[in-house]
Amino acid sequence: MTKMPLWADAILVPLISLFLAAILSALVILGIGENPVEAFNLMVDGALKRSAGWGYTLYYTTNYIFTGLAVAVAFHARLFNIGGEGQAMIGGVGVALICLYIPWPHWTLAIFGASVGAALFGAAWAFIPAYLQAKRGSHVVITTIMFNYIAFSVLGYLLVEVLRPAGSMDPASATFPEATHLPNFHDMFAPEGSRMFRGAPANVTFFLSLAACVLVWLLIWRTKLGYDIRSFGKSETAAKYAGISPLRITVIAMLISGALAGMMSVNTTLGESERLILNSTEGAGFVGIAVALMGRNHPIGILMAALLFGFLNQGGAELALWTNIPRELIVVIQALVILLTGALDNMVRMPLERLFLSLRKKDTV
Amino acid sequence: MNTAPAIELRGISKSFGPVQANKDISISVQPGTIHGIIGENGAGKSTLMSILYGFYKADKGDIYIQGHKTLIPDSQAAIAAGIGMVFQHFKLVENFTVLENIILGAEDGPLLRSSLGKARKELASLAKEYELNIDPDALIENLSVGHQQRVEILKALYRQADILILDEPTGVLTPAEADQLFRILDRLRSEGKTIILITHKLREIMEYTDTVSVMRRGEMTATVKTAETSPAGLAELMVGRKVLLRVDKTPAQPGEVILDVQDLRVVDEKGVERVKGISLQVRAGEILGIAGVAGNGQSELLEVLGGYADATGRITINGTELPLSGPGSDGGARRMAGISHVPEDRQREGLIMDFAAWENSVFGYHHDKKYQSGLLMDNKGILAHAADQMQRFDVRPPDPHLAAKNFSGGNQQKIVVAREIERNPDVLLIGQPTRGVDIGAIEFIHQQIVQLRDQGKAILLVSVELEEILSLADRVAVMFDGKIMGERLAETTDEKELGLMMAGVSGGRS
Repeated sequence: MTKMPLWADAILVPLISLFLAAILSALVILGIGENPVEAFNLMVDGALKRSAGWGYTLYYTTNYIFTGLAVAVAFHARLFNIGGEGQAMIGGVGVALICLYIPWPHWTLAIFGASVGAALFGAAWAFIPAYLQAKRGSHVVITTIMFNYIAFSVLGYLLVEVLRPAGSMDPASATFPEATHLPNFHDMFAPEGSRMFRGAPANVTFFLSLAACVLVWLLIWRTKLGYDIRSFGKSETAAKYAGISPLRITVIAMLISGALAGMMSVNTTLGESERLILNSTEGAGFVGIAVALMGRNHPIGILMAALLFGFLNQGGAELALWTNIPRELIVVIQALVILLTGALDNMVRMPLERLFLSLRKKDTV
Repeated sequence: MNTAPAIELRGISKSFGPVQANKDISISVQPGTIHGIIGENGAGKSTLMSILYGFYKADKGDIYIQGHKTLIPDSQAAIAAGIGMVFQHFKLVENFTVLENIILGAEDGPLLRSSLGKARKELASLAKEYELNIDPDALIENLSVGHQQRVEILKALYRQADILILDEPTGVLTPAEADQLFRILDRLRSEGKTIILITHKLREIMEYTDTVSVMRRGEMTATVKTAETSPAGLAELMVGRKVLLRVDKTPAQPGEVILDVQDLRVVDEKGVERVKGISLQVRAGEILGIAGVAGNGQSELLEVLGGYADATGRITINGTELPLSGPGSDGGARRMAGISHVPEDRQREGLIMDFAAWENSVFGYHHDKKYQSGLLMDNKGILAHAADQMQRFDVRPPDPHLAAKNFSGGNQQKIVVAREIERNPDVLLIGQPTRGVDIGAIEFIHQQIVQLRDQGKAILLVSVELEEILSLADRVAVMFDGKIMGERLAETTDEKELGLMMAGVSGGRS
């Protein structure tokens, strides 16, 4: 028996949580002597009102969709992949190698090649923790977080010692050839001479991330592999009974997860910076955890949550630019959102469930 | 003499959303008696006891203890009112001693020493009074299940319980241990304690209780003196219709050997040998029952045959040898070889509790070509198939979208049994087919098993319920400590002989 209707569970609970987070954030903003209403208006203004704001918001959203999906796929197999950050960095190496060393005639081919490279490199980076978990029982939380640090060092080494063009002082690869450059929203949507989306980094990869949402949904709920993954995630003993190999599913789920995290770098490395730089992930791997948590590991939820976090990130940048509210405060707001939608989920859910139960009782009496 | 009932419930009602678990229940339990409460799963027994023990709050109704109206908002209040509860799953700290477990939550002060000393004295006098002998310094994990249960009873007595509630207390005991338990309960009754015994076993009710209350669908349908009723009468009250208590079957017509197991050995992860070289054969058209107390290697035997534990030895099906480790030894391969498996624990193994019934209806077979359409699974086809199957196997409610966890135990088991029997296997492994299953469903499941046998299939039945083994199996093998103590024909043996073998006393022949 379900305690409350699906719409309440999926929409009402997160909305109330968000509202509570907003109130708490407002109190914090009041506390540092700023006006929360003005701050909120500024965030909306900067992130959602102007097309350039949207261009940034959707750019971040794209990143968060990939990393959120990555966390979700692993989570369906009850694996907590918190190595999205590292997998995305290494995915970026894949993108760079593919774009620098293969002469692509057109961006449509380049984005395909870069996706494959990013996915392969990201998956490879996730493979080692996956194998260690499956074979040796080394906890994937520990190993993936360690692999983030290793990835950062590997990236630094590659950029300084291998990929840096001779004579450059910048720890970054050479710029990718012109033919690989992806069309951004300005190229795609702005009418001739319009300033729409100008200067904003959102690009065609956004649609790739939407496609990834659909594919992940199909994979998890419509294929036998998805059935295996979900079964294993729900009950390992039952999975064994059914002939599902824990080793195989652990490795495969982590490979898919790593591939998705890696594909984020198509957006950052190929779509935005057009060369491999040191900190293109900007913590998106970690935000992905919150996104998956808030989105209940479902692609539609992840899309919504990614939009929200994209908005918070962009709006926060605006706040820091125009007010005395430090950029760190946005991290506080994000943390409050995570706290209320994830960790304190039951605080909202329980009273709501009771409310629905009592409503229903009245109906039946 | 105080003639007030030890417990009186008046008009207790409790509902969970639209589900009315208890409907206007009134019951009065006389002091110094053993009062049985019997009913099918989901009849509301556990809810009623949870209300009495303060886990749930009744929507309506009052509780009177020794004639006084008592509010029981939590288990502390229940203990204060003199109610003690022995749960089906013990609530003991495994690596604590008996003494430590007994004072847990009832310590006198911040320092343990004085509590422990007092408890030791108290325990000695309790032991003398009720013949509940137990070493106070033994670790729980080293005690047998029967002794652990005694610790639970002692825990309640130490808290000065006058009323003891026991929830399915014999589910995990050997027949001998169960007898001992009832001797203890008898003793407690003669000392004036009141005992409420919740069980689904008619035999226990008939033999040991003074009064019995029957629950059905949240209502108390009858309270009668045990001496004035019969098993058949009780069963009818429970289910609401006449029930066949004996399995209706013709003598077996055994054919060729289908399943042949030779010198099977299983070593578990800790390096302990759990199955110590057993050999057995199951022929077409017969049911081989494996009797034994839980934990004597039966589970491991099923796991090996079902393809999820490694072993050494030799297993053949229709003359084809099966690999016992490495590739080709997993559950998928076993299913291909014609083995279906109704596992012992449907909740942990046989079903994914969060999955809908229709998803569970192909669990283990979901890689079959017939359930795919292209790259995707043929969910529509599976759904239709599941709906049809649920109709035919009388799963209630027949709603394939409902999650497995929302079905009663009996209906969950029907989902598993339907799935495995529908495969038309050569060999059916079936573990604890009716554990936690209501009488109505037991009858149905037994019929299904016998029907499959009569179609000439080989059936290996593992059950800790001797009664079930005796009525269902054609041949019985008893397992003790990883070995087979002997084999008997079901019709020429009895509970006593098998009970001895289950306790490790070899039957001579083997």
